[in-house]
Amino acid sequence: MSCLPYLTRSARAAGLAAGSAVLASTLALSAANAQEVRIGLSAEPSSIDPHYHNLGPNNGLARHVFEPLVNQNANQGLIPSLAENWRTVDDTTWEFKLRRGVKFFDGSEFTADDVIATYKRVPNVPRSPASFAQFITGMTFEKVDSHTLRVKTKAPAPLVPTFLSTIALVPKTCAESMSTEDFNALKCQGGTGPFRYTEFRPGDRVTLARNPNYWGPRPAWETVTFRFQTSGPTRVASLLAGDVDVIDNVPPTDIARLKGDAKIELAETLSNRVIYFHMDQFREVSPFITAKDGSQIKNPLRDLRVRQALSKAINRPAIVDRIMDGAAVPAEQVLAKSFFGTSQKLQPIRFDLEGARKLLAEAGYPNGFKMKMHGPAGRYTNDTKILEAVAQMFTRLGLEIEIETIPPANFFSRASTGAGGLPEFSMILVGWGASTGETSGSLRSLLGSPIKEKGSGAANRGRYSNPALDAKLDEALATVDDRKRAALLGEASEIAFNNLGIIPSHYQTNVWASRRGVKVEARADEYTIATGISR
Amino acid sequence: MLSFLIRRVGQALLVIVAMVLIVFFGVHVIGDPIWMLISPEMDQQAIAQTAAALGLDKPIWEQLLYFLRGLAVGDLGRSFVHGEPAIQLILSRMPATLELAVVALLMAVLIGLPLGLYAGLNPDSPVSRTIMASSILGFSLPTFWVGLMLIMFFSVMLGWLPATGRGAPQSVLGFETSLLTAQGWAFIALPALNLALLKISLIIRLARAGTREVILTDYVKFARAKGLSRQRIVQVHVLKNIMIPIVTVLGLEFGSLMAFSVVTETIFSWPGMGKLLLEAIQRLDRPVIVASIMVVVILFVLINLVVDILYSVLDPRVRLTEARA
Repeated sequence: MSCLPYLTRSARAAGLAAGSAVLASTLALSAANAQEVRIGLSAEPSSIDPHYHNLGPNNGLARHVFEPLVNQNANQGLIPSLAENWRTVDDTTWEFKLRRGVKFFDGSEFTADDVIATYKRVPNVPRSPASFAQFITGMTFEKVDSHTLRVKTKAPAPLVPTFLSTIALVPKTCAESMSTEDFNALKCQGGTGPFRYTEFRPGDRVTLARNPNYWGPRPAWETVTFRFQTSGPTRVASLLAGDVDVIDNVPPTDIARLKGDAKIELAETLSNRVIYFHMDQFREVSPFITAKDGSQIKNPLRDLRVRQALSKAINRPAIVDRIMDGAAVPAEQVLAKSFFGTSQKLQPIRFDLEGARKLLAEAGYPNGFKMKMHGPAGRYTNDTKILEAVAQMFTRLGLEIEIETIPPANFFSRASTGAGGLPEFSMILVGWGASTGETSGSLRSLLGSPIKEKGSGAANRGRYSNPALDAKLDEALATVDDRKRAALLGEASEIAFNNLGIIPSHYQTNVWASRRGVKVEARADEYTIATGISR
Repeated sequence: MLSFLIRRVGQALLVIVAMVLIVFFGVHVIGDPIWMLISPEMDQQAIAQTAAALGLDKPIWEQLLYFLRGLAVGDLGRSFVHGEPAIQLILSRMPATLELAVVALLMAVLIGLPLGLYAGLNPDSPVSRTIMASSILGFSLPTFWVGLMLIMFFSVMLGWLPATGRGAPQSVLGFETSLLTAQGWAFIALPALNLALLKISLIIRLARAGTREVILTDYVKFARAKGLSRQRIVQVHVLKNIMIPIVTVLGLEFGSLMAFSVVTETIFSWPGMGKLLLEAIQRLDRPVIVASIMVVVILFVLINLVVDILYSVLDPRVRLTEARA
């Protein structure tokens, strides 16, 4: 033991001599500029063009440079941004009063013309893989004066401010002449936002600098560098090494360790993402379900008692504790109760194996049945482990379960249209994030009857269909009054989840880690926003 | 020489066509890219419109026809994900990968060759045994684990080198490199070492085996009998003769360094082609996958060509006109 200190010291000395040249160069590097914040991101934006791809990383980055009329705060509540206030003139008209005296980075003044030019560009971005057009479909925009904008819709549209909060506004000159490649080449450097782009190196980093003309409070940072670090362990190591000051999407396995590290602090909040199970609700005989002897049986998942039994058999606290390492909360509906349009009455679903067995027997399956469940491998945090755990829980219930996890590229294609244009599987694990921060979009997509013309049920991979729910949702979506709409959506949630159209498992929490002394405002939408980072 | 080149180009074209077809239909079998692109909240009509805009609503043979038509005029299509021309995306990432591969290869040669030579010349010394034992470690430790250990040791514990990323690239004679600054070298050190470890071990083993074989040949004995210095024997007679298998292997290894440094690039967030290809595969970005594979095939063909030419330089008995590929 006594020779150990000597060894280390001599090893260090030898290493120092060898590495001194390199050391000198890295010293300059690690002496972090006090005015700079360096952030390691788990996902890279596919483009700098804010209207090209409706994708979390793109939207989060764009917020620094191009602002929407209405913004979302950390809990996805709506807050004034380039619109100071907004109101309904009548049921089909919204009026937005634009902020005066706001200048774009190029010095031109922000007016209603920029807004209209942006909204004109949005549906016309060539080859957009996920357009923002759906947020403004059916709206017409009218300039009342230079700082007043009216939005007219054909039917009452309560979500106009929410929808417009997703679209970043760019100067008219950019909106009219710039292509996606021009944006990527930083030809449209700045909007009205707190920062502007200074460098974009795909695969590596994007650098922002403070916008001196910003109308709002001066950002704490002169420079912001986002580094793209897709590998979780690397991101953590990079933070520990002092290469970056903040990382997002901390791998759950590292949370406990980082909590114990005096040099690191964590910030976490409930996310808008729920992990849940979709079940075949549309086939009389489901392809991956048979009796235990292999003979064909009627699809048991269409029986509410079976769904209740499955839901009761899932030990949610155990999943949260053992698999998610605490970075989740048991779920009872599509969004946690703190969000708009959720039901305050729905209770957490208790783990109750006895009750579950009884329900299963009542439904006519005292000996259970055989089922193969499917899930994506590597799309959601711990997705494979969760599916394995739930399979074991269902086995305890008396079912015979087989699971198959599939790479996302293959999984989503099959789960959506794998069986001749229809969902292929019987029961799947999926996740869902509500980017609007309220329940209407989620309920409509996941649980609304799939009707193409109406646009409902687009992500309804179980083809659940309930006229009472559809009617309630339609009513809510035509109700402009916020309080009434929230109540209606709460009732819709109750219909959906008392009938278990989907079985919710847990809400994920979003976790950031930072160097001690650097505070991160944790956000429900998973965006990492530099103005929310302070010292 | 000319007929040799023509034959090589012909073979390359055949391989490219075969790869394109395999990748094209392979991606189709995996799934419909549209589901990896859209935002989940889009409704059915928006999804249908997007599919139509990207040509994904057409039957696969029609998509292939469309792609081949573009290929005929040198257009490899645009990335589904990034919207930019696929070949441009790949070429913009190539300098980073090239630089990593070159540095890794240099490390492999500069470290592996002397060690292997030494082990071959002094097969029974304890130092040689240590070298050979460590080379087994180099072979058997998984890249991703070694990469993380390198980061833990050199970046987290010692704080000497940055954990991830690449230095700021500068342009020299139209070629982009990050190696002009000390900072650039600090960034490349760990990923290059990580990539090089396996190659070092490989070269040690090849060099040792080659040396042990050559040292017993008649011409070395004759040289020794003539009274040539040990240094000259090693440098001229031994080294030159063991280089033939090493050059072949290095050529192929260089190709695989360029094409498949995926793991290292991901762990060290190195903005190269491997990372791009991996992301493209995960998101079924078919144009990028197809274009990547084409670039890789062309690279391998070129490297093989260079290796064949180097052969004829190293071994005067080899004539390129006679070489059958």
